[in-house]
Amino acid sequence: MTVKGIIAEFKDPGALLKAAEATQAAGYKNYDAYSPFPIHGMDDAMGLGQSKLGWIVLCGGAFGLTLGFGLQTWVATAAYKLVISNKPLFSYQAFIPVTFELMVLFSAFCAVFGMFALNKLPEFYHPFFRSNNFRKVTSHGFFIGIESQDTQFDKAKVEAFLKGLGGDSIEVIEE
Amino acid sequence: MSNVAVNDELKRVPLVQGGMSFEAVTDLVCKPVETKAPSWWFIALAISLSLLLLLKSMLAYLFWEGVGIWGLNNPVGWGYAIVNFVFWVGIGHAGTLISAILFLFRQDWRTGINRFAEAMTIFAVMCALIFPGVHIGRQWVAYFMFPLPNQMAMWPNFRSPLLWDVFAVSTYFTVSLLFWYVGLVPDFATIRDRAKTKCRQFVYGIFALGWRGANRHWRNYERAYLILAALAAPLVLSVHSIVSFDFAVSQLPGWHTTIFPPYFVAGAIFSGFAMVVTLMVITRELFGMKNIMTMHHLECMNKIILATGMMVGYAYGMEFFMAWYSGYEYESFAFINRATGPYAWAYWIMISCNVISPQLFWFKKFRTSIPVMFAVSIFVNIGMWFERFVITVTSLHRDFMPSSWGYYSPTWVDVATFVGSFGLFFTLFLLFLKFLPMVAIAEVKMVMPEANPHQEDH
Repeated sequence: MTVKGIIAEFKDPGALLKAAEATQAAGYKNYDAYSPFPIHGMDDAMGLGQSKLGWIVLCGGAFGLTLGFGLQTWVATAAYKLVISNKPLFSYQAFIPVTFELMVLFSAFCAVFGMFALNKLPEFYHPFFRSNNFRKVTSHGFFIGIESQDTQFDKAKVEAFLKGLGGDSIEVIEE
Repeated sequence: MSNVAVNDELKRVPLVQGGMSFEAVTDLVCKPVETKAPSWWFIALAISLSLLLLLKSMLAYLFWEGVGIWGLNNPVGWGYAIVNFVFWVGIGHAGTLISAILFLFRQDWRTGINRFAEAMTIFAVMCALIFPGVHIGRQWVAYFMFPLPNQMAMWPNFRSPLLWDVFAVSTYFTVSLLFWYVGLVPDFATIRDRAKTKCRQFVYGIFALGWRGANRHWRNYERAYLILAALAAPLVLSVHSIVSFDFAVSQLPGWHTTIFPPYFVAGAIFSGFAMVVTLMVITRELFGMKNIMTMHHLECMNKIILATGMMVGYAYGMEFFMAWYSGYEYESFAFINRATGPYAWAYWIMISCNVISPQLFWFKKFRTSIPVMFAVSIFVNIGMWFERFVITVTSLHRDFMPSSWGYYSPTWVDVATFVGSFGLFFTLFLLFLKFLPMVAIAEVKMVMPEANPHQEDH
């Protein structure tokens, strides 16, 4: 049995926010605050900057836009020249709707799959899932979990630290 | 007047009522998923499945026999298929409006109903997609609608609004589905963590992707949600604008008007909200969700129905004005014929349902009365179907030459296919009510006062 991490439960979002601030201040790196819903101000408390997702979506949108416009231009001016109502072959005004739709489509793909990739999901197993008490986290439980990969990790110290923050049901997760 | 009284009046109505805790919200929303379905659910599912079978039979008959079994004639070459398509797509728009546009406007009340409305969007768009899919008559060349390389080296005409429609509606369906799924992931995790049986834990666990409520995840999740909302908002406006281009880009009097895109979007939101009210009034009663889907929600929805109903009414009037002001006699005739010609009955059903019936919502008493809002929402659903019928059929049945005039009546197959599409819609909807959390659990908790980490500061 090796220790994988230690979790502590807090009573409400306010207590969790304070605990996260203290954990950040104590210099821990491999920790996270777990809650049933996102808590306002938690990113600042944990010293996390802006999510990088916007940049991924920007690339996806640019790709969709280029693909949509490029495909239509190629089809209309090279692959299959159709003259309709004597309009020029490169009638770019009529290409806007499809270009727009493909831009949105690829942006949305990047937003969703990029978000899962940044979060390293799917990840069907995590050591904290071994705790029965931790199951509350998706309903009404608020937890701080410090993982054993953290360079400062020391079982006794972390336990005492979490207790000092006012954490309840402190649990050492082993596997 | 004392200060206390003023403060009471200014106080916002709590979005979740009945003094519920986080745990109580989870219990309430998960209950239908975790308990045996009530008997009415099985009865309703049996009826819906029968109608779905009717739809399948009608489509099989259509594939076998061809579109000659429909009531289409010359000059009315567009009938029930396009009417039903626009009707169903329009209904879908309410879900995206609630989930995306109200999110961007920070309308917190949306959290109680967005899951429900998004589900409706997806099922309605599925119903809609059937009609353009089957109306082509030659099913084996359905792939011509998409720009796929083929042995004839043929490509679609990218200058055609009908092709834009293929892209718009399929993008809309895909993005709505993704948005819905992203919202569902934390709630799948909730059901997984509460599961009492291995099977439920496994199945919901797969869809939950290992979600565990970590803040490092929530950070990207919230950003993804915001971006999806920002993408879906212009998307939903573009979709019904493009649907209206199917008509507006043609040269036909009655269709060729610049007011169509905003008018169609307003109409879509109008019809979709009516459908949400119809379904919500029943569901909140049957599943005891009155503390989450409150009267306040319904009242807000009714206000939007009133507002969009007025926009639609304005568009009806403005169309007549433009027909007269254009000085173009075919245009003027098309509109006078709409109101007084052979299809006047359809026109006046449309006006009474869409313009007159929502006027009741000027009064708070009616806005907050369940029987009144239910009746009005049904009227609006009917009226909005007739709106599409009026636009499509009345513009076609009087061609430029009186020798080409005709009258369109649907056949029994047309009617049965339309009725059958409700079977598909309600089958999916009933399965949704039973197997998925019908309220966005995580999002509802975010707008509860207890979720504010700084509550003692206020």
